[in-house]
Amino acid sequence: MQTPPSATMIELRGVSHAYRTKAGPLPVLDNLNMAVPENSFCAVVGPSGCGKSTLTRLVSGLMKPNTGEVWLHGKKVTSPRPTVGMAFQNPVLLEWRTILQNILLPLEIVKSPMSKAEATERAHHLLDLVGLTGFAEKRPSELSGGMRQRASLCRSIIHKPDVLILDEPFGALDAFTREDLWCTMHDLRREEPFTCLLITHDLRESVFLADQVVVMSGRPAHAQFVLDVDIPGPRSLDDLYGPKAVSMLATLRHQIQVAQGRATEADAPQEAQA
Amino acid sequence: MNDTLRKILAPTIFIVGILVVWEWAVWYNNLPDFRMASPSDLIPRYIRFWDLFLIKSWETLWRTVAGLGLAVIFGTLIGMIMGFSRFAREGLYPILVGFNAIPKATVVPIVALMFVGQHDFNTVLIAFLISFFPIAVSVSIGLSTLEPEYRDILRSLGASNVTIFWKIALPKTLPEFFGALKVAVTLAFIGTNLMEIVSPHGRGLGDLFDSGRISADYPLMFAVLFALAALGILLFYFVVFLERIFAGWAERSPG
Repeated sequence: MQTPPSATMIELRGVSHAYRTKAGPLPVLDNLNMAVPENSFCAVVGPSGCGKSTLTRLVSGLMKPNTGEVWLHGKKVTSPRPTVGMAFQNPVLLEWRTILQNILLPLEIVKSPMSKAEATERAHHLLDLVGLTGFAEKRPSELSGGMRQRASLCRSIIHKPDVLILDEPFGALDAFTREDLWCTMHDLRREEPFTCLLITHDLRESVFLADQVVVMSGRPAHAQFVLDVDIPGPRSLDDLYGPKAVSMLATLRHQIQVAQGRATEADAPQEAQA
Repeated sequence: MNDTLRKILAPTIFIVGILVVWEWAVWYNNLPDFRMASPSDLIPRYIRFWDLFLIKSWETLWRTVAGLGLAVIFGTLIGMIMGFSRFAREGLYPILVGFNAIPKATVVPIVALMFVGQHDFNTVLIAFLISFFPIAVSVSIGLSTLEPEYRDILRSLGASNVTIFWKIALPKTLPEFFGALKVAVTLAFIGTNLMEIVSPHGRGLGDLFDSGRISADYPLMFAVLFALAALGILLFYFVVFLERIFAGWAERSPG
């Protein structure tokens, strides 16, 4: 088996997976292939229940696919690995810990060259970056939903992972908070680049954040369409209203409809053809 | 009003109020003390039998606490097994429910026959048997309803199940655990007294209660009830104190 070139961080090769249910096997992924280059940002969109969350569990090594292979940094994924960070729609902060203790949690599991003092300093620095200066000693119950999600982001990258997996982390937030956090994501990645895999339902979010948007087909899902987002950085929210973004959004919307079986390739939107 | 002051004043006012109404009701209805003793009847009993009250209370208290301690250990253990293994949960649940449904008054004579003469052991055993159920159930529910994301944030970093238990599952279950422990405190007292009264062996407040009955000293029986209530309050608030320390984070700050 040849190793993929080092420029590819995440690679899925012919991944198929089915869940066992009472009514028989429920196939969710069918021959899914995709590759995410190192330090790039890949967003995955698709209809509900198309196996997007299954994808995150496969890449993080929480689950093994029935067939096919998942490669991470040139190594086949067989179990969870400490070079991965994860954040979910639910920020899952531990209520009995302070925000600082929550952020330092991964370092209690992962061996890190950082000393305790360095780790604490890094945590404070990340808190500054996401706009939570002065909240280190607060309890999660004292924070708003958006603030908790910011803290959750800090925790997911405290151990300097190579790959950050985000499973709809902004899904439950109001529109303004969400846009705020998008910009925070860009800030974080400018500071220290890492490869990012984002699962989302929000097409604008995918275009604003990602270098590459993968549209998954309906269940059982494969990669139906890949869009390269060629909006140069640093991006601003205004870019979302430019002609480039508008046309990309139309293309994505159309592809989602195809995935849902509500449109065919033939009736592509006008903007996309222009 | 000052917070601390209110916390002391409010119960005091209510207790005194109830005692006054009670005293008045007995006096007004002219009830004899074998129908209803009044608070003023109790004071001479406490003065006269003070030594006995101390000794018997201690016997009841330590055996209750010992039973409760066993209930915490075994209840948590069974709860952990049931919380982590669906197979064990589905297998053990009906057995636990069935066991809990058996009135413990019927178990007392059986235990007394089983371990003849081992009075302290038997009493601790009954206190344990009656009080471990809520602890086992709450721990198992707490563990089995742990949201998968909580597991995943540690599992995705390669943490073992033991680590996940200590860092997440256990602390997250503590509020439920203490809720159950408060119920268990009361149950354990019932267990201890059941043994002391149904199978008299000359120990505990149950014995003092029995002497009151035999010697037709009715106010003494009432006095024992109050002593039991006092012990119950003592132990209950000790659990509340522990809860503040170990699961204080679960309490919403006012406002």
